[in-house]
Amino acid sequence: MIRFWPATASDVAAQVDQLTGVLLAICGAILLLVGCLLLGFSIRYRRGSSAKRGALPEIVSREVEVGWTAATLFLALFLFAWATGMELRANPPQPDAIEVHVLARQWMWKTRHANGAQEIDALHVPRGEQVRLLMTSQDVIHSFFVPAFRAKQDVLPGRLTELRFTATETGTYNLFCAEYCGTLHARMGGTVTVMEPEDFARWLAVQPRGDDLAREGAALFVSLGCAGCHGDRRGGSATVRAPKLEGVYNSPVPLQDGRVVTADEAYLRDSILQPRRDVVAGFPNVMPSFAGLVHEEEMQRLLAYLRSLKDAP
Amino acid sequence: MNHITPAIPAPDAIPHEEPSYLTAERGIGSWLLTTDHKRIALLYMAALTAFFFIGGAGAVAIRLELFTPKADVLTADGYNRMFTLHGTVMIWFFLVPSIPTTLGNFLIPLMVGARDLAFPRLNLLSWYLFIFAGAVLIYALVAGGVDTGWTFYTPFSTTFSNGYVLLAGLAIILAGFSSIATGVNFLATIHLLRAPGMGWFRLPLFAWAIYGTSLVMVLATPVLTAVLLLVIAERGFGLPVFDPSRGGDPLLFQHLFWFYSHPAVYIMILPSFGVISEIVTCFSRRNVFGYDFMVYAILWIAIAGFLVWGHHMFVSGQSIYASLAFSFLSFVIAVPSAIKVFNWTFTLYRGQITFEAPMLYAVGFIGLFTIGGLTGLFLASIPIDVHVSDTYYVVGHFHFIMVGGAVSAFYGGLSFWWPKITGRKYPMTWARFAAILMFFGFGFTFFPMFIMGYLGMPRRYQVYPEEFQVWHVMSSAGAVLLAGAYLLPMGYLAWSVFWGEKAEDDPWNATGLEWSTSSPPPRDNFRTPPEVDEGPYFYHPEGEGPGHDHGDPHRDQVRTP
Repeated sequence: MIRFWPATASDVAAQVDQLTGVLLAICGAILLLVGCLLLGFSIRYRRGSSAKRGALPEIVSREVEVGWTAATLFLALFLFAWATGMELRANPPQPDAIEVHVLARQWMWKTRHANGAQEIDALHVPRGEQVRLLMTSQDVIHSFFVPAFRAKQDVLPGRLTELRFTATETGTYNLFCAEYCGTLHARMGGTVTVMEPEDFARWLAVQPRGDDLAREGAALFVSLGCAGCHGDRRGGSATVRAPKLEGVYNSPVPLQDGRVVTADEAYLRDSILQPRRDVVAGFPNVMPSFAGLVHEEEMQRLLAYLRSLKDAP
Repeated sequence: MNHITPAIPAPDAIPHEEPSYLTAERGIGSWLLTTDHKRIALLYMAALTAFFFIGGAGAVAIRLELFTPKADVLTADGYNRMFTLHGTVMIWFFLVPSIPTTLGNFLIPLMVGARDLAFPRLNLLSWYLFIFAGAVLIYALVAGGVDTGWTFYTPFSTTFSNGYVLLAGLAIILAGFSSIATGVNFLATIHLLRAPGMGWFRLPLFAWAIYGTSLVMVLATPVLTAVLLLVIAERGFGLPVFDPSRGGDPLLFQHLFWFYSHPAVYIMILPSFGVISEIVTCFSRRNVFGYDFMVYAILWIAIAGFLVWGHHMFVSGQSIYASLAFSFLSFVIAVPSAIKVFNWTFTLYRGQITFEAPMLYAVGFIGLFTIGGLTGLFLASIPIDVHVSDTYYVVGHFHFIMVGGAVSAFYGGLSFWWPKITGRKYPMTWARFAAILMFFGFGFTFFPMFIMGYLGMPRRYQVYPEEFQVWHVMSSAGAVLLAGAYLLPMGYLAWSVFWGEKAEDDPWNATGLEWSTSSPPPRDNFRTPPEVDEGPYFYHPEGEGPGHDHGDPHRDQVRTP
């Protein structure tokens, strides 16, 4: 059977399809108008036909030109406003979103759930819950593309990008790498499987896993020496004064230069790799950079650990 | 009206004994060292034909491979090299130079009433640069292979790709210099060498289109040079610019690259607008509807084209606010294109239309360009673009503009001015057939791409899931028709040079200075320097229409004796 329309398996997909449908109707009408005028005039005013010639009638004049310029402009502005409004409202971040780390490399997708379950070239997600992918690449630029979700986001080396979606239909869907990444670009794909939440919970529970991400991150936190300064002050082990990290995730952090930033993944990541860029107000600028010492997979574990630290009561 | 003083005697009385530019000098040296803009145009035509075949060979390899979902013909790297070859050759060595360096070179001095371009030797130099650059690129593609795609995205191109990226970059820089030289030459010519009386608003729309194109060439190409030099610096000399592991930013490349490459789309399509305007007005015997709006639209596109590069980066990770601004500007740039389509259409209204081959190409162009432009509205909408970017939808869209549009216009322009260029007529039935074949061949090849793109088929894939096969088969089958439509004119045009009927000076009864000289023109274009006292189109008196029902549309053409 020939498909003319892709599967619609996320909340955004339905909205995008609606926008596409309306645009198709508008553009179809314009095309029909141009086509009819073009063919109609071609036939009616072929040389020697008996159609009326002579000066253009009053109505076809400068006003018409100004008129259709204005009409096209208003149509363009209307489409812009609608499409952009949709984009801005799509997928507001939800606090209880399921987080999955995605690591792209030539030519493979590695996904890792919060409990440490790992998949290669595959991703399982529950239906009806927002999923938040935190993605980075080990080498070149890739792009995480699931046509059935109408979702795509480039995955860059040296940077975290984020993709949020809420699946609405169970099933197995294509995952593609959409950004050309070298020899086996065409084979860098896999599947995204959407399951009922209870099936997903069952699936997740039986996955082989090492420690969960946060636990592994905690071990790294000690072995890399982070705990030496940022460690638990109540235990009294920290000798250098450094910002406390309990509850820091997603909280506002005042900086030395007066700005206040939100400590999201990108900020935490930058602070590990380039600690001197955004120094927290009230602390000395002494932390060394861990660039080159922490590779991307370790970074994911560290971030998971930092997110898991709840503020002490 | 174009008033030639002293007036040319009745056409029959012109003695044709003065040699044309084709026969003025003989020998291979007289071609390779010529500074005659008309001969250089022919040199470009020969070179472009060769590059069109090379780039076309890449397309053939791609369409053959994609006939089935599995890898059959090429290795994975072989396929990547083929689409890189197809893209780099077709963009920089065919589409960007196509109309400006051939028809533009030939016609701009004739249209403005000059003896030659402002810098004839620079014109020859830019041809040699172009040939040298092309030779270097072909060497890089054949000897080492380049697998970056025509977009050279970092850090892939700087750190990970194996192949002759440096040499390919160098070749494109050189082609850029050739392009800049050509642009400067046109700008200077149009500014300085217009015939007495040829005011700016008496320029034919083709000259305006080439003017807009040249502006973009001169202002945008240096940015391409700069970004390719940065790629060379990082890849060849280890200077960290784009490599994030050494503090670089891979997105910087995309910003700089598209700052050139989006305007480059307008380098490719603006000249076509000029060609189509000339053809439509001639064969409908009506002055161009809304001439001044057409001029403003060209300038609007040339300028606003610089402000929309970020719409190539909606999924790259750029800020949503940047995407918002670029989306807005991309919608705005749709307006001048719409103006042009409506004005061409209304030029037909109350005309006396005939359908010689150039007109068929032009009508086909308007249809294909309208589809190409409307599909651009989907891409300007961020939510839809997120879904279809880097899929075949985009491939379909830009081929509709750049191949359905620019290449149709190139063939149309060639068939329109061929009698002027060669002094010969070609067989009209064959030409009409080829024009119609091109329209349908093109449609069958590229329309399926919109559907498979929306279904999610990513571009630059050698192997693909079976669900997409039906669309690829359609596309490959259409490509066979399209190839026929491209080859056919090469055959009958070449035939016409030797055996074609001799063409009159103004075989289409067109207005415009280029038609007032002989076919082919003499070395110095005009026997007597022309003077101009009216606009370029005078198919009927202002405020009237072409008369009705008579065989000689020229009757309405007011010429002062």
